[in-house]
Amino acid sequence: MKKTILKKPKGFIDVYKHKAGAEKDRTHYCPGCGHGILHKLIAEAMEDLDIVDDTILISPVGCSVFAYYYFDTGNFQAAHGRAPAVATATSRANPDKVVISYQGDGDLAAIGGNNIIQAANRGENIVVFFVNNAIYGMTGGQMAPTTLEGQVTTTTPYGRNTDTDGYPMKMCEVISQFTAPTYVERVSLHDAPHIRKTRAAVRKALQNAKERKGFQFVEVLSTCPSGWKMDPVKSMEWVKEKMLPLYPLGVYRDKGDEARVINRPVPIMEPATVWEKLGISADADVDFPRGDVPEQYKKMSIRVAGFGGQGIMVTGQALASVALEYGYNVSWLPSYGPEMRGGTANCSVNIQDGVIGAAEAVKPTMLLAMNRPSLEKFEESVVPGGTLIYNSTLIDIEPTRTDIKVFAIPITGMADELGNTRVQSLVNIGAYAAITGAFRVEDIVSLLPKLFKGKKQAIIDLNAKAVKAGFDFVKENF
Amino acid sequence: MADAKYPRSEVNLDKCKGCGLCIAACPKKVLVFSSKLNSKGYHYAEYTGTGCVGCGNCFYNCPEPDAITVYLRNYDPEKEV
Ligand SMILES: Cc1ncc(C[n+]2csc(CCOP(=O)(O)OP(=O)(O)O)c2C)c(N)n1
Ligand code: SF4
Ligand code: SF4
Repeated sequence: MKKTILKKPKGFIDVYKHKAGAEKDRTHYCPGCGHGILHKLIAEAMEDLDIVDDTILISPVGCSVFAYYYFDTGNFQAAHGRAPAVATATSRANPDKVVISYQGDGDLAAIGGNNIIQAANRGENIVVFFVNNAIYGMTGGQMAPTTLEGQVTTTTPYGRNTDTDGYPMKMCEVISQFTAPTYVERVSLHDAPHIRKTRAAVRKALQNAKERKGFQFVEVLSTCPSGWKMDPVKSMEWVKEKMLPLYPLGVYRDKGDEARVINRPVPIMEPATVWEKLGISADADVDFPRGDVPEQYKKMSIRVAGFGGQGIMVTGQALASVALEYGYNVSWLPSYGPEMRGGTANCSVNIQDGVIGAAEAVKPTMLLAMNRPSLEKFEESVVPGGTLIYNSTLIDIEPTRTDIKVFAIPITGMADELGNTRVQSLVNIGAYAAITGAFRVEDIVSLLPKLFKGKKQAIIDLNAKAVKAGFDFVKENF
Repeated sequence: MADAKYPRSEVNLDKCKGCGLCIAACPKKVLVFSSKLNSKGYHYAEYTGTGCVGCGNCFYNCPEPDAITVYLRNYDPEKEV
């Protein structure tokens, strides 16, 4: 339908209710800022293409961080440079939606450089509107990757020196190196005819997106009168005189009729289906009744430490898994050295009611030290009145703390006696059960088939013996 | 019949930030800065009252969503809903 009036497009929210402060009827942008012009073109195109309710816009970090104040679409605000990644997830989870990644040049070409390259190369079904204003606007006018040679910014007070700062990055040229993108064009906002061309490019990109035709990239040469310290009209002239020669306008890629609809596998969002794929059954909760647990063992923050191969991680996982069945909130956080095997390893386990804050056991209520370096490293960190279990088979020194409860247990020796060093983990669980009163041996044993899913019955039986051995040792000796 | 009042550009003076982009973009030079200030303290743009050809340049050059409305030649207030 032919327009009879040009007015605030319906792609904008009526009253900017998400905006802080009293002025909910105007933008936060500086007078004459190019962001506003592009916003209007996008809002108008969304209205005319009838996609406002089918669009999700990702706001970046930069002056357009608040784009979600204005657009009457779904919105996410992404971490600096990560808009293409968030857009990727949004688009994959909502394949029928138009997803826009709106980004500045600091966001897209500096901190988010790799993000945009990977998204372009994957040909994500997203539209990228890239505002090239040759500067970091929001933070007060620092050099951007797109800053021109010789341009004065707060971080290039003598002008950008290409010997030290490199050359302006031409992102359309970069993006059009990849095979996947469908449409790549550079446009400009410096005068009315070029704004019309930008308008056409915005509409084309959004139309392609509506048809789910892959990756659309529109670079918009824009202004930052505040960062450039120039009045808005002069800023437009500066774009024309300085930016155009360096950043040639035009279409860098247009697959045209060859552009195809990109269909990706529909993600599985149903928890039940995901559980099934992972081999977890939703109704497997056992809900053991709790026994009498002394006050000091009700809120546990445990560090299990040793070297790789000592079953450190399995011990932690088993502690957390068993506690879960008694209705505790649990967390398990592994921490590996750089080596795959044989290096130091430790993990943190929290077992408590209520919300678990930090997952790392920085000040553990219990330390389970499987070798000497771990005892030396973590003994000091145990809270006063806490508990230390150490592997007396391998640790030939005495602990120094006198304000904690100490249990010396020949963990490795007991496992070896059972015929397999690897059952140390379940010796640990048995000992833990005896010390804290938190688990019953028969409960632990009944969970072993679940903990060692797919393992032979002999292994499960051996681990059951290990649990009993650990438990009995504590009961008989302490 | 379209009203002879149209085309016409109308500045929403309190939303105008006085950047001057509309004034620079107007081919007929019928937009000017007001000598008055709006509530934000800007010399807002205003239409001189005659000569608008309804090209829409001011609308598209203005960065504020709601600072300028342009009633085009075929605008008919009675037909608007
Ligand atoms: C991880 C992180 N690093 C740095 C910043 C600081 N920061 C905020 S905006 C910005 C630059 C934005 O520049 P650009 O993308 O060009 O957008 P403009 O403001 O010019 O529109 C930076 C570095 C941040 N918010 N987060
Ligand atoms: S600082 Fe620059 S980019 Fe940011 S709103 Fe102001 S003019 Fe626009
Ligand atoms: S372009 Fe918009 S904000 Fe700027 S002077 Fe004109 S009406 Fe005001």
